[in-house]
Amino acid sequence: MNIRTTLIAASAVVALAAPAALAHRMWMIASSTTVSGADNWVTVDAAVSNDLFFFDHQPIRVVPTVTQPDGTEGTVENHSIGKFRATFDVHLTQQGTYKIGALSQNVFGSYKLNGESKMIPRGTTVDKLASVIPAGATDVQTSESVSRNEIFVTQGAPTNTVFKTSGKGIELVPVTHPNDLVVGEAATFQFLLDGKPAPNLFVTVIPGGIRYRDNLKQQDLKTGADGKVSINWPDPGLYWVNVTPNRPREEGPGPGAGAPGAGGPQGAGRPSGPPQRRVSYVTTVEVLAP
Amino acid sequence: MQIRLTGLSFTALGAGALVAGPAAGQTLDLTVTIPKLNVAEYHRPYVAMWLEKEGVAPRTIQVWYDVDKRGGEGTKWLRDIRQWWRAAGRGMTFPADGVSGATRAPGPQKVRLIGGRGGMPALSLGNYTLVVEAAREVGGRELVRLPFAWNGNSAAAAGKGSTELGAVSLTLKR
Repeated sequence: MNIRTTLIAASAVVALAAPAALAHRMWMIASSTTVSGADNWVTVDAAVSNDLFFFDHQPIRVVPTVTQPDGTEGTVENHSIGKFRATFDVHLTQQGTYKIGALSQNVFGSYKLNGESKMIPRGTTVDKLASVIPAGATDVQTSESVSRNEIFVTQGAPTNTVFKTSGKGIELVPVTHPNDLVVGEAATFQFLLDGKPAPNLFVTVIPGGIRYRDNLKQQDLKTGADGKVSINWPDPGLYWVNVTPNRPREEGPGPGAGAPGAGGPQGAGRPSGPPQRRVSYVTTVEVLAP
Repeated sequence: MQIRLTGLSFTALGAGALVAGPAAGQTLDLTVTIPKLNVAEYHRPYVAMWLEKEGVAPRTIQVWYDVDKRGGEGTKWLRDIRQWWRAAGRGMTFPADGVSGATRAPGPQKVRLIGGRGGMPALSLGNYTLVVEAAREVGGRELVRLPFAWNGNSAAAAGKGSTELGAVSLTLKR
């Protein structure tokens, strides 16, 4: 087996591990993003699907982390994984903005053992890397994927504690708060890559309800020199916002759309060499009527 | 953080720009008509009223909701008075003295507010808009805006909703 084939296979494995960047769309939606009072619950659906926001493919199995307005970690309750979606509840007891998110950081790549190419098992984390590569392995080629999927819920007035950045992967810095979106007012978000404002990121914005319309209504935007992007919301509702450094693959029922891992942006035609690092960011925002 | 407030910037209010020195006896009389609706499931609407003035943070003067529900549960639906919630409500704590009140029955509902008492600020001269927004459980939402100019002596304005609000009017006297 030549190295090139191996790498194509590697990207196919990554496709399964990080579907956000590929044909299937990964998302979470909360029962409410703007709540009043002092003691509320929200329930969240987490899924990977083609149509937004319908459950038609896979649940998100990873249990996310809740960051409370005061910066402490909250609790995910009643987590349940169904056939097409996972659900869980979050108890809101503080005033301000909560972040509910999952960061998946994995290593992918390959090595050779006794002349035979082997894949690093998908879902391998950095700290487990040494344990999955046997002694005597050669030609070890690895890279990492950092994929972030997060949503925001605000009880009372919006706050900014949960937007403290980590410097890892793509992160959102609110110029407009994501829980303060209204039709008729353009929103500005800034995106950082590894802590620095990231120009030329591809920002894909798609309103929910795809099943009931013919036009995808997708906006293809790019971040400017300062990492900022301005988004217009034509209608109230939920919007899926996906951010990647690479041009997103064409969506829709094209070849391979129903087969995860059958290609991907780095599939056919990918130059040989070490696998490239993959980063992605996805959020779902709710836009209210004025 | 930048919270955008429908074109108004966040400036301190109350003791600041709205106050016109010794504002003896500003009296604001409001009439808000709650329409009688022939629907299968009727709940009295939540209603919020607030004052807007350019360059000043909006000021809530009345909120009618289920104030008496156990454990403050009535506040859960305040966010459905959507525009008010964003403009002013989400920064408040409830119940709010002189502002919170029970929901009202269909018919013309009258309120008299005195400048400088309760939630009602004493008004400095200038152009204002009184906004009345009603949101009804399992029903709709409507907003009526009444612009008026306060010259220090008297002002009046009237408007009308079409679904969740009937006639709305104000008179302001010194």
